[in-house]
Parts: sequence; structure tokens; C-alpha cells
Amino acid sequence: MTGAYPERLWPSLRAAFCLAVIVFLVSPMVIVAIVSFSSAPFLTFPPPGLSLQWYRKLASSSVWLDAIATSATIMVPSATVATAAGTAAAVGLARARIPGAGLIASLIMAPMIVPVIITAAAMLGVFRAWGLQGTRAGLILAHTTLAIPYVVFTVLAALRLVDDRLESAALTLGATRWRAFWRVTFPLILPAVLSGLLFAMVISFDELVVSIFLSSPTVRPVTVQMWSDVRGDVDPTIAAIGTLLLAFSVCALLLETALNRQRTRPLETAGTGPKTGPRTGPRTGPRTGPRTVPRAAR
Amino acid sequence: MNDRGDARAWLVVPAILIVGVLFAYPVSWLLARSVTEPVVGPQNFKQLIETPVYLKALWNTILISGSVTLVCVLLGYPLAYTMAHAGERLRRLLIFVVLIPFWSSILVRTFAWMVLLQQKGLINKTLTDYLGLIDQPLTLIYNRTGVLIGMSHVLLPFMVLPLYSVLTRIEPSLTQAAASLGAPPHRNFLRIYLPLSLPGLVAGGVLVFVIGLGYYITPALLGGPGDTMIAQLIEMQIADFGNWGLAGALAVILLLGTTTTFVFVSRSLIGVR
Repeated sequence: MTGAYPERLWPSLRAAFCLAVIVFLVSPMVIVAIVSFSSAPFLTFPPPGLSLQWYRKLASSSVWLDAIATSATIMVPSATVATAAGTAAAVGLARARIPGAGLIASLIMAPMIVPVIITAAAMLGVFRAWGLQGTRAGLILAHTTLAIPYVVFTVLAALRLVDDRLESAALTLGATRWRAFWRVTFPLILPAVLSGLLFAMVISFDELVVSIFLSSPTVRPVTVQMWSDVRGDVDPTIAAIGTLLLAFSVCALLLETALNRQRTRPLETAGTGPKTGPRTGPRTGPRTGPRTVPRAAR
Repeated sequence: MNDRGDARAWLVVPAILIVGVLFAYPVSWLLARSVTEPVVGPQNFKQLIETPVYLKALWNTILISGSVTLVCVLLGYPLAYTMAHAGERLRRLLIFVVLIPFWSSILVRTFAWMVLLQQKGLINKTLTDYLGLIDQPLTLIYNRTGVLIGMSHVLLPFMVLPLYSVLTRIEPSLTQAAASLGAPPHRNFLRIYLPLSLPGLVAGGVLVFVIGLGYYITPALLGGPGDTMIAQLIEMQIADFGNWGLAGALAVILLLGTTTTFVFVSRSLIGVR
């Protein structure tokens, strides 16, 4: 038998180790935020005092304001289109019988898997020939493409938990296919769609590698401006803009967590407790309705 | 009603068009450069193999990614274990803490490490001035140490999250049974718990390794001249030399390394039909 010591020692050692790992994970972000409020004229930690001078400098800098405006005008259309196209694709993949569905899913997911440096170089080469390099349109199109897999992934996961028979029931009660989707399925997957939208927004706003390749001095998103400044002279203005980027991400994450909690509640209880069974209906239940329709029907 | 069922298949068309035209076509175009530029033939791959600088960058890429994977396993396993066995509130808090870096900009996080690791940064200041442990500041940035610290920080969530999801599914009665049969804790862990957690460990490890292979921003900002990885080489070939053929060849190698490893585990990770 092991003595009492190791048994008490291990959990406390593990707790201390985990605390250290958490500090490792979180402290860099906290330090950027603290430095951004520094009163010192250069980058130093801990700051000698607090001030808002770097935020004031940011607000009066046309370069940074332009960059923020550029990022926002890229993010809104790209996140919107990615969410619409991604949600539609997820519904199609989950509900319709499509020949070669696995291949199509792999194609749509590919931008998430292929290293982004390859995507960036490839887009530069082709977009240049199409006259899209260095334009806002080019960046919008690029960010849309990068975000689609994340939306598809999120919505697809939600659709697996929604029983297709609900829609069939609406159809037998006389609803049109269109109406049945918007009134029955869509409200159920809405949290996931919004999650996907948040993902798409964060991906666009934080995207750097593709943007480096596709931007120009006149069309320059925040991250690219920050990238060129980080490599030159580093002053706390960068910490201020970095803090704003972090705040954007944390807000998105908080929203997503709230949505997610709503979305996966039934799943969580089914996973941890003995309540499995009826909750997993869509998977275990007998398949009836449109699913059994032979492919040749259309 | 029934014949409308397949009309929903058309919903995938917009996404296919966007990804096909704006992603698949450009990537194929780039990969094709490897054997068509400047002339048709394998000259670019030949040049890659014969140039020591390029070979060293390929080796660096594998070595750095491998080391980062190891660091992430060592840091991530205890954290994932604690998350899986914590109470509801602590668990939610820990998941949130792991997700913050997951969601925040890689550039901002790398910048944070530049602030922390520099010659007069917080870490060196603590070691020299506050604690007096060392006289000379350590060189923590623009070398391998900086790259490993920065990349482990960025990639740790990719290790912790898949591992955590596997650990929560391990039946507690199995380790309880082993304990009641007299297995001491370390043996119980090594013989029962660790083998059961292996799928999560492999999934997380492969994910970290594969994502690490293609990393660009973190090594570019925190590494030195000796830490050039394949992604930086691709950028250099295009931006500095306009050598699309060699860039294409490097892309082929990176993509082969990534996809073969990823396809290996993707079925269990994504679960797409």
C-alpha cells in the first residue's frame, strides 16, 4: 500500500502545476492589457503609472482608425455571406441525399485544414491575375472562404441533434417545405447559426496571414497594420490595439458560451448521467419520412 | 412532398462555388507551379533536395512541431485531467480559460510574448532584479526557446480540448474496480487510465503537430535566423524572390505532410460522413 503522503501530495502537486499552466495561458493577455494603460513613454512592465494616453493616441491616429474601419467593412459582409452559405450547405449536407456527399464535405472543410500559408500564397497568385489583390473585395472574398468551414462545422453539429421527423410532421400538416424549415428547424438551430456567425466575425477580424498577402497600403486591416508595426518600432499603441482585439474576442467568446450552453444542455445531461436513450432520438430512432425516399425521386 | 426532399441538395451549391473558385482553384494553381515553373519538370523538387538551407528548414519544421507537441502533452495532460474531474463550476471556469487563447488573435498573443521575453522584459527583470537569481538576462527571444514558448502557448488549447472530451468519457467504475482489487494509484493510472485516454492524447497530439507544421506568424516574430520554418520559406520565395515554382514545391511538401497526418485522424475528429 502507498502511504498517506503521496496520496495527499499528488493532488496538491497537480493543482499547483495546473495553476502554473493557467497562468502561462492567461498572463500574456493580461499583461498586454496592463501595458496598454501604461503612463510610460515606451514599452515597459510593470508600468510606472496608469494613463489612457495610448488609447488617446489611437483615437487620434488616422492610420489606426482607417485600419479599424477597413477591418469592420471586411468583416461584416464576409461573416454574413459565410454564415448564409455555410448554414445552407450544412442543411443540404445533413438533410438531403447527395451523391458524393463525403467528397463535397471534404471540399467545403478544406480551407480549415490546409495550412493557411498555402491558402495565402495561392490566393495571392490567382487574385493578382483577377485584379483582386490589394482590394477590399479580394479580402472580403478571402475571409468568406476561410470562415465557411467553421459555420458548416458548427451548424452541422446542431442539425445532428434536431430530429428531421419534426419537419416531416409539419409537412404532413400542410406546411410548405420552406415554411416548415423556417418555423420548425431553423429556430432549433438558431443558436448554432449565431455561433457560426460569431466564429466568422472573429476569423475575419483576427485573420492575418492571408491579409498580409492580399492587402495593400491603401487597404490595410488592423492586424496587418499591427504586423508591420510589431516588426518595426514597438510602442504601447500596439498594446492598446491588441487589447481592443482581445476584448473583441473575449466578448465573442462570452456570447458563444451563452449560446452554447443553451444549445448543448440536452446533450450534456445525456452524456454525463444515466439519462441516455430518448434524448438521442434522431440517431437511434427509426428513420422514416423523407430520408427513406429513394434518390431517384427527383 | 417526397419529391421535394432532394431539392435541399441545391443548398450546398453556393458554398461549393465559393470554396471551389476562391480556394480549390487557387491552391491547385499554386501546387501546379511546382512542376511547371520555370519549365515543366521536377527541377524545383530537385533544387529543394540539393540545397542544404531548404533541407534545414524542413528539418526545423518537423523538430519544432515535434517539440511543441511534446510540451503540449506535458502541460496539457494534467490540465485536461483536472478539468475532467473537477466540479461543475471549476470545470466551466477552466474551459473558459482554455478557450480565451483559442479565440484570441495569434498576433496579439505572440506580441505579448515579445513583451514578456525581451532582454528587459518581465521574465528577465524578475529573474535578475526582483529575485536576483541570475546576473545576466537570459536570451529568451529570437531563438528556439522563444519559438517553443510562443507556439506551445498558441497550440495548447488544441491539445487540451480533444483530450478533455475523451477523459470525461472514461468510466470511473473502471479505475474504482482496479483500486478495489488492490492496484496502487500509479499502477492504476498507468495500466487503466492512461491507455483509455490514449485516443484523446493521439488526437490532440496529431492536431498540434499538424497545425504547428504550417505555422508562420509565431516563428517569424519570436525566432532567430536559425529557426526558419517551411511557411517562412514559402513567404520568402514569393515576396523576396518571386520564385513561384519553388514556393509551389514547398507547398506540395507541406500539404502532403499535413493531409496525410490529418486524414489519418479526421474521421474521429470531425465525423463528417
